[in-house]
Amino acid sequence: MGRRVLLIEDEPNIIEALSFILTRDGWTVHTHSDGTTAAARVRTGSPEVVVLDAMLPGRSGFDILRELRADPSTAAVPVLMLTARGQERDRDLALRLGATEFMTKPFANAEVLAEVRRLAGG
Amino acid sequence: MILTFNILVAVSLGYVAMLFAVAFAADRRARAGRGGWLRSPLIYTLSLSIYCTAWTFYGAVGYAARSGLEYLTIYLGPSLVVIGWWWLLRKLVRIARVQRITSIADLVSSRFGKSPWIGAVVTLIAVAGVTPYIALQLQSISLTFAAFIEGMDGGMDVDFVALWTAIGLALFTTLFGTRNLDPSERHHGIVMAVAVEAVVKLFALLGVGVFVVWGLGGGIAGTLARIDASPIPMWQGEGGRWVGLTALSAAAFLTLPRMFHVLVVENDDDRHLAVASWAFPLYVLLMSLFVVPIAVVGLERLPEGSNPDLFVLALPISEGHGGLALLAFLGGFSSATSMVIVATIALATMVSNHIVAPLWLSVRGPDEVARDLRGTILLARRVSVAAVLALGYVYFQYTGSGVALSSIGLIAFAGVAQILPAMLGGITWRGATAKGAGAGLLLGAAVWAWTLFLPSFGTAIIPQPVLDQGPWGLAWLRPRALFGIEGLDPLLHAVLWSLLLNAAAFGLVSILTFPNPLERLQGAQFVNVFDQTGPARTWSRSGAEVEDLLVLAQRVVGHETALDLFQAEAEEQGKSGHLPDATPGFLQRLERELAGSVGAAAAHALVGQFVQGPGLSVGDLMAVADEAAQILEYSARLEAKSAEQERTARALREANDKLTQLARQKDAFLSRISHELRTPMTSIRSFSSILQEEGLTPAEARRFAGIVEAEAHRMTRLLDDLLDLSVLRDGQVTLERQEGTLAEVIDRSLLSAGALKGDLAVLRDPAAEALPVVTDLDRLAQVFINLVSNARKYCDADRPELRIAVQRRGPQVIVDFVDNGSGIPAPEREVIFESFARLSGRRAGTVAPSGAGLGLAICREIMSLLGGSITYLPGQGGAAFRVTFPQGVAAAAAE
Amino acid sequence: MARPRRPLFLRPASYRQRRLRDAARLLPVLGIALFLVPLLWTPSDESGGVSNSGALLFVFGVWTGLIVAAHVLSRILRLDAGEDRDEPP
Repeated sequence: MGRRVLLIEDEPNIIEALSFILTRDGWTVHTHSDGTTAAARVRTGSPEVVVLDAMLPGRSGFDILRELRADPSTAAVPVLMLTARGQERDRDLALRLGATEFMTKPFANAEVLAEVRRLAGG
Repeated sequence: MILTFNILVAVSLGYVAMLFAVAFAADRRARAGRGGWLRSPLIYTLSLSIYCTAWTFYGAVGYAARSGLEYLTIYLGPSLVVIGWWWLLRKLVRIARVQRITSIADLVSSRFGKSPWIGAVVTLIAVAGVTPYIALQLQSISLTFAAFIEGMDGGMDVDFVALWTAIGLALFTTLFGTRNLDPSERHHGIVMAVAVEAVVKLFALLGVGVFVVWGLGGGIAGTLARIDASPIPMWQGEGGRWVGLTALSAAAFLTLPRMFHVLVVENDDDRHLAVASWAFPLYVLLMSLFVVPIAVVGLERLPEGSNPDLFVLALPISEGHGGLALLAFLGGFSSATSMVIVATIALATMVSNHIVAPLWLSVRGPDEVARDLRGTILLARRVSVAAVLALGYVYFQYTGSGVALSSIGLIAFAGVAQILPAMLGGITWRGATAKGAGAGLLLGAAVWAWTLFLPSFGTAIIPQPVLDQGPWGLAWLRPRALFGIEGLDPLLHAVLWSLLLNAAAFGLVSILTFPNPLERLQGAQFVNVFDQTGPARTWSRSGAEVEDLLVLAQRVVGHETALDLFQAEAEEQGKSGHLPDATPGFLQRLERELAGSVGAAAAHALVGQFVQGPGLSVGDLMAVADEAAQILEYSARLEAKSAEQERTARALREANDKLTQLARQKDAFLSRISHELRTPMTSIRSFSSILQEEGLTPAEARRFAGIVEAEAHRMTRLLDDLLDLSVLRDGQVTLERQEGTLAEVIDRSLLSAGALKGDLAVLRDPAAEALPVVTDLDRLAQVFINLVSNARKYCDADRPELRIAVQRRGPQVIVDFVDNGSGIPAPEREVIFESFARLSGRRAGTVAPSGAGLGLAICREIMSLLGGSITYLPGQGGAAFRVTFPQGVAAAAAE
Repeated sequence: MARPRRPLFLRPASYRQRRLRDAARLLPVLGIALFLVPLLWTPSDESGGVSNSGALLFVFGVWTGLIVAAHVLSRILRLDAGEDRDEPP
């Protein structure tokens, strides 16, 4: 069984693209698209890496991140944050809240893969 | 002319058909807004003539043949009341208009703190009093048929005539009397039919009179000589009955439910009373002018033992004037039918509002109260019509035709006169209380029933020994001699005691009891109706959810009326949309509107269920009084000015809020555009690079290429929308006016939006949609497509349904799109028409990316370009949008 | 409740209006008085009683008179019947 990554994202086509890339790289990909229950899913699934979209239905990615960091059981999980808004403010906010890494959409497939590998290895 | 039974039936049916046509035409004219002359003082006066029933038409002659001049008391009382309109009628009409009174029971109940049980008592008294009266009309119709059939070949049983008359009248009344629920809309059809019947009966009686005086009596001088020589003494020295009956008929004129209905409820304008003040006495004077000549000549010429109640008909028949007899018959028929129709409407309104509605409200829980209230009330009203007529028919069958016409009429008069003390006291004396009114009404009604009504059945209900010795041997309770006072005329005896005890109980109990605050408030408003600057409030605090109130109002007064009412109020408060604040003043107005449909007591109870907190306290009452006094001191202009300022301030506040919000939104707008463009771009970039790699299966490659294409489309669409929106906002659009029907546009939109695939049931109204419109049909279709696809996307019902309702209001076309989902939560309604306002919850599992949230913003721009609007309609169950635009047909014709 | 203050004396037009309203109020009282006259009559069937035609003509005569008077008054009063305030009785 490969290493587990949890993908929290609501756009079906982006989910499909990321799943394809990561699965091919040997990851076991779990996906979740509802913002309100995402934090609980991280707790129960104990993934090695979380890829988190900033805009989700129900709850923003920043809120979820804040909750993950506040909870000791998930405080150390590496989180790669993705956002499509592409503003400096968002990057600052994400890093301040404790995101391990931050990327702007659209991304290069290779970069995402490299980041996920780096976060899991680090 | 040879009359046969069949001709008679055919003429009656033809006449009834003509009345249907008149009522129908008047209703249509009124609805089309061309009913100005339907509300003229002349029509009003003619409608008052339902006071003259078959009893007066036929019975007056019989009455004169027995008692001389005394028959005139029946007309003199009402004449004096109307001539003295400045005293009383003006006030009654004003109170009824201000308080949206629907019936006499409503008036009394509303005055005494909107008390449901007072309304019920008055209703019961009215039903008991009027039922015999309706029976009387049926009796007169069947009697006149019998009079014709006498001497015809093959004598037939005429009992069924009464039955069929009752059924026909029930049909007519249900059709024209219970169509709408708001009596302030008034029954134009019925009033018009009654006015026509008034002319027919006057014409008929004058016709017979002229024939008798100049054809048989030898002119005026000859007739006067015959009257002098006649064996009937005109003045029989019964002074007590002369005064008593004049007073009784004056009282009955005010309290008979049907008279109250035409006199007060159907009144449009105080000034009509001024015309009626002389025209109505003139009408009844003409109706009674030839009564004595007909009686005298009838006694002379007709065989001994003829029924004088039928002289009007028998004289022309025996003299061989078939045509005149037929006219007389139609006159009598008119008198009977018009009375029955209006009396039935008035009674049915009272029964449904004061007996059915309160019972229904008390049985149902507060949540279900509003459900189908309108339907229930209308149904109750229809059933009441049938029940009242059935009751009249049963009474007719039961008493047979033994009783003289005039005595039944007077029994009814005495019954309804019991309402007079509570009514008069209520509008002139602020100290009158509900308990006092109740005591007076109950005691008066009991005495009336015991001394007059029950004995009228002969010994069927009160056995002879009780009549002679009193119940349980209590001689002072003898029905014909209360308290041992004997030798009085039975009618006078009953009237005197019942009204005396009634008024005494009313006054005494009122003095001894204390009214509740609502009674005091209503009392002040009724007694001082001419001093009101505005309605005082009966709701001090409000925690009402406006939307719940809207749902309630829709179910009582109907969809459109309620929406209009709320919108007007919102505008008044300086707010946009359909939902005003639930201010005490608004609650008060709403309650009044509801009262126009279901009566004051039920309306108060209904609104009370949605308003939290205690009702009115004495402290509030004092506050209301203070406020009223202060307002009176300010000049009217100052008041108007401050209201205007308040409105302006409010509008400004709202505009300011909106501006701040817009500034915030502009920021958000750019970030949203970025997001909406980057999201498809992400998929495209990612899959493009995957596709460049090797080792994909052909199926994978095909699928990924498909996704790239779909996302590219999505971006194009977004860019199109953005461009569309900016062009629309700049107003740089040329509209292409085309001609077509609304149905075509809707067909096209449903097709484009994919609504015909079966996942959304669409309910339409083809008749309403067949409406020619001239506007930019493509743009209109764009709006419709948007609304339909939204319903497809967001309606979360198990079986999604979309109802498209079309109506025309003046030059405007209104199209409502209502789905059965959970609707849009109130906070989001404010922003859905803004750019990128995509709703939060969306349907999961769709492969195709959803829209960018520009749809409704575009719709709004389009509608404003087309000279119309699109708004969210609250309170419809699901999500509901209302599209309004000018039909444009007339404008096109002018070009 | 406080009433707004009214002027003590009125201009002739308003004065005329007021007196017409008084007349409208008094008319039914006059009618009642006249219709009470028959109480003084001796019954028609006794000797010296009022004649049938006389009784009839009297009642209809009074009635017609009242109608004519009401007509005249209403033509003038109709114009201000819509006015809101009533003077204290």
